[in-house]
Amino acid sequence: MLNKKNKTYYIFLFFFCLFVLFLYGPTFTIILLSFQGPDGGLTFPLNGISTYWFKELWRGGAVVDIGSAFKRSIILGAIVMILTVLLSVSAGLAFRKKFWGSDTLFFATVASLIVPSIVLSLGVALQFRLLDDFTKWIGSTFNINYINDFFQTTLGMFTSGLGTQLTWTLPFGLLIMFAVFNRFDKSYEEAARDLGATPWKTFKEVVFPLIAPSIIGIALFGFTLSYDELARSSQVMGADNTLPLELKGLTTTVTTPVIYALGTVTTLVSFSVIGISIGCYVWLKRKKG
Amino acid sequence: MIKFFKLKPSVGLLSIPYSLIFIFFFFIPLLLTFVISFWDYNEYSIIPDLILENYSYIFKDCFNFDKEMCVTFKTYLSTLIFCFITWFFTLIIGFFVAYFLAFYVNSITWQIALFLLCTIPFWTSNVIRMISWIPLLGRNGLVNDFLVSTGLVDAPQEWLLYSGFSIVLAFIHLYTLFMIVPIFNSMMRIDKSIIEAAYDNGANGLQILWNVIIPLCKPGIVIGSIFVITVVMGDFITIGIMGGQQIPSIGKIIYVEMSYLQLPAAAANAVILLALTLLIIWIMTKMIDIRKEL
Repeated sequence: MLNKKNKTYYIFLFFFCLFVLFLYGPTFTIILLSFQGPDGGLTFPLNGISTYWFKELWRGGAVVDIGSAFKRSIILGAIVMILTVLLSVSAGLAFRKKFWGSDTLFFATVASLIVPSIVLSLGVALQFRLLDDFTKWIGSTFNINYINDFFQTTLGMFTSGLGTQLTWTLPFGLLIMFAVFNRFDKSYEEAARDLGATPWKTFKEVVFPLIAPSIIGIALFGFTLSYDELARSSQVMGADNTLPLELKGLTTTVTTPVIYALGTVTTLVSFSVIGISIGCYVWLKRKKG
Repeated sequence: MIKFFKLKPSVGLLSIPYSLIFIFFFFIPLLLTFVISFWDYNEYSIIPDLILENYSYIFKDCFNFDKEMCVTFKTYLSTLIFCFITWFFTLIIGFFVAYFLAFYVNSITWQIALFLLCTIPFWTSNVIRMISWIPLLGRNGLVNDFLVSTGLVDAPQEWLLYSGFSIVLAFIHLYTLFMIVPIFNSMMRIDKSIIEAAYDNGANGLQILWNVIIPLCKPGIVIGSIFVITVVMGDFITIGIMGGQQIPSIGKIIYVEMSYLQLPAAAANAVILLALTLLIIWIMTKMIDIRKEL
């Protein structure tokens, strides 16, 4: 049958290997090139091996303050991760039954994944601009000194930026929850209820341990998608830039391997987060089994 | 009647925080975009109004067919061409990768492991994945070195990077996963006995593929297509970076207008882009029920 190891199997295997090479090859090229000597350029050949460009990156050779952008992105990613887990798990529990507005909310979830990011980014920027105008108007109309003297903008990384990123991460979280509950064996829960457990206790003792591995998955999506998000974030971060935004700016200005060094560092951060998540997932699955 | 008032707190209430995010960062912003697309503006501020100038400006000279095609139509046409080429290649590649994973990999552990291998790049930075093509495709890149040293071409090829080619390549690189996941999902739901029945009745591999597997994968193909097409339609980053900031796109028009604070004009462009995107999705979802596929 299909899975016999005949000629077509090897053709497909070859095709798959090519695809994986296509996926990872370029990234490993820049990781390799980031370890060049001080005379190295943006292309091969490799001019010696050193960690010069990482030191250069650390020293601020990439013009902008990469260190703080990096820190901001990690913090924002962590907050987005926590909120994505909390909100999509609770919404996922709600969605197990039909509730008022559930169809609209489902529609919004899917729509949010496919609405062009620049459109949403523009919309949120407009909203906060109007909010700014409104706040200033209040300040001048009612003579509120604090607003008149100090208020600048409501647009910021942890207001508009955070909310906009959540419209990107939450749908993944909720869809994962759907997938989990579609395959969920309700009899454990019913047993707990029959034994007199409260809804909270049922969730804590029965449902949560069963869905815990999937929650790791949601957390992984929450962090990595926020940490690398660019299109939606482009108009809503206010004065501070996240790492991907800085990186996008650097693509046109920096012409040394320092940008590869930065690429290596952020890719390693992503890989570690992915590795830790997969590790936790496997560990939780084992523990359960 | 008393019973009616003793409603237990519904589990549906748990959706409130989630809903609030979508009200404040999805519904209201999109509504405002629509409203502000009819506003007026000057260099400093946006002015509440009800004008159609933002729209008429976009389609200026577009319906004068004696002249050359207008900038707006040219941009849309160029973006649609990128959509089509990207869709075609991601579909072919995505389908066969999913096909390999679903039907040629026997153990579930290997299936998960190889599937993860395809997914991991999705969790890393898109910008990095784009610039990682520079050492390969650039003027002195590996591909040009290879082509010149083997005598296939006389001089380094310029069209490899910062061109339509590199844009499509980057799209395929970034978004084939959007095809793999839903198609793989559809394939895993196919009852293996259907395939065996077709086989027992004398169908060959190609016939099974065409008459059994592809029709059953239609929902996955549609979902994947929607993702790929919409993401390319609204793109301004990939086209910007991989096109060397030289190739226009609708997303880029919006981006540039925003940077000049021509917000109502940007909003009008956004409304048109959104309408076109929704039209495409609407046509495609006519074919399937998304909710059944999860």
